[in-house]
Amino acid sequence: MQPTRFAARARGPAERLAGFMAHLRLNGIAVGPAETTRALAGLAAIDATDLGRARLALKTLVTTTPEDWNRFDELFDAYWLNTGRVRTRVTGSPPAGQKPPALWSRHLPQAEGAAPVTGAPTDAATGEDDDPADGRGEGRLVATGQPATARRDLRSLMAEADLAEAETIAERLARAIRERHARRRRQARLGPEIDLRRTLRRSLARGGEPLDLARRRRREPPLRIVALLDVSGSMTVHARVFLAFLKGLVGADSRADAYLFHTSLVRVTEALTARDPLTAATRLSLLTRGMGGGTRIGQSLATFNATYAKRAVNGRTAVLILSDGYDTDPPELLAEALARLRRRARRVVWLNPLKGWRGYAPVARGMAAAMPHLDAFLEASTLASLAALEAQFREL
Amino acid sequence: MDHLDLQRRLAETGYVAGEPLAMALHLSLVLGRPLLLEGEAGVGKTEIAKALATIQKTRLIRLQCYEGLDAAAAIYEWNYQRQLLAIRAAAETARVEEASEERLFSERYLLRRPLLEAILQPVPPVLLIDEIDRADEAFEAFLLEILADFQITVPELGTIEAVSRPHVVLTSNATRELSDALRRRCLYAFVDYPDPAMELAILAARAPELEPALAAQIVGFVQGLRREELEKTPGIAETLDWVAALSGLGINDLAASLATVQASLVCLLKTSADQAAVTPEVIARLVDRAA
Repeated sequence: MQPTRFAARARGPAERLAGFMAHLRLNGIAVGPAETTRALAGLAAIDATDLGRARLALKTLVTTTPEDWNRFDELFDAYWLNTGRVRTRVTGSPPAGQKPPALWSRHLPQAEGAAPVTGAPTDAATGEDDDPADGRGEGRLVATGQPATARRDLRSLMAEADLAEAETIAERLARAIRERHARRRRQARLGPEIDLRRTLRRSLARGGEPLDLARRRRREPPLRIVALLDVSGSMTVHARVFLAFLKGLVGADSRADAYLFHTSLVRVTEALTARDPLTAATRLSLLTRGMGGGTRIGQSLATFNATYAKRAVNGRTAVLILSDGYDTDPPELLAEALARLRRRARRVVWLNPLKGWRGYAPVARGMAAAMPHLDAFLEASTLASLAALEAQFREL
Repeated sequence: MDHLDLQRRLAETGYVAGEPLAMALHLSLVLGRPLLLEGEAGVGKTEIAKALATIQKTRLIRLQCYEGLDAAAAIYEWNYQRQLLAIRAAAETARVEEASEERLFSERYLLRRPLLEAILQPVPPVLLIDEIDRADEAFEAFLLEILADFQITVPELGTIEAVSRPHVVLTSNATRELSDALRRRCLYAFVDYPDPAMELAILAARAPELEPALAAQIVGFVQGLRREELEKTPGIAETLDWVAALSGLGINDLAASLATVQASLVCLLKTSADQAAVTPEVIARLVDRAA
């Protein structure tokens, strides 16, 4: 059996274990004092002098996700067996997934360009409640009363104020979709409420005794939105506004999920939910390196199917794809990936900024291949068209 | 008893557990913590709860989760029809005390659902909460409360304390992200597809009549199939189905009967796209490599 390290440096098992826990924390596994206590109790219950056993025991005691489970052995070896690099003290660079030091932000000036607006309208929530156009009862929320800017192509919308507006629209849209509770209840086998009318009707068969209770419940909760945004070169002019739209979507609906793709795919939900716009901008710019290059829609969607979709997409999900459909992958790949995605999701909706152009027809090979696999192919080139999406979603 | 003993005893019931899984199970028994098992469908997550109940010689109480599962279906419900009949009967016979409120809301009229049933067993049962990821988040929060204290409050009756603490096993297919709170409450084990040696051991335990040469071929074939690009990768359950099908068809050598092998693949491939993807050429290649 191999000896473990640091035996001389610590006073007892508790201290050695605490050092290991700190090592795990530094490497991004969330463990706290409660886990340390539990791990000590667990090690006491087994023969902890056996390295193999201690490893297996700690593995089940401190990990909580498949990713941590698969990473654990490496971290264990690195700490106890000298086989890897060990960080024994907190150094300058924080673990992955955390905010980089503020001093980076100066060296990332492009971050502002690639990311949603600074100064997000935090007062949107309060301001909206007194807005009569909200029309909450009907679930109808349309930005029809928008000023003239709403009709312009997204390309011309580069001013901060307009970007903020795109974000507000997305927020209102997401909220409208989420809060759209139908007033009518639906009959159900199990449910919190008793349907009096039906119960009385059924009691006739029992000589007037209400023996069989009919129940009812709210309609199913609204669809969850998963948005995939194309940020390749051809989409650059639209990307900023769409990113703002995505940020609004994720910010307003905690169940929504957002991804970016160009030649590869990244999940940006966490990055977009950061409260501080600068943090969000920095995170996004780190995530979207290579943005504005080529497009591999088919490959990106296939990757999505093979990885995230298993968790993020089910029969209660609407998938939004925001892309112009110019793809460098063979169209068959895109068609197949979409077909597979559509079987998994409730609805697949493609928003194309080019569709708003006069005389546009989906003749790009990728787009043509995608058409048969879509539930809806919609225009999303103006703010009004984005806002009008709500009507489409109401029917899903 | 240590985890190797547990592994051995599980093997006696026909369940071949890897060492990490045996350790996780052992610690969850020793520490009295719920065990959360994650992994693809068909890797034997549900089976382990059954095997555990067998070696503990105790009851297995199963709660299958689904979207819309609520407290009435999971914990308890009042037997409304019986209560109503009792009221009517009491009115007819003018014995009002029979229908008094205390009697109507007593345990006699309480329908026990799995969670309540589990904490009222005199011998600690194995409580299997299957596919917890299918239940709503609201139910997950509810479950957390019960897993923390093992007591259930019925407003009309008061708080019901656990007679014994059940061994809790939760399984998840990761169709939804589980909450951190639930994850941290449980011990965790990820159950992966078995490696060839382990799959052979499983076949030996579950289908002892199988020829060793054929078993090796089958394992090689299935392991190869798992490396192909498939929508639904076959699990151990599928392998066992296939073994049953092959022995039913009287096949002794995969290479000698490729056409029958293809026909029997319905046991392993569960979508039409996968069946189309595994062409006779692919089968020939896999069989060739498995030999």
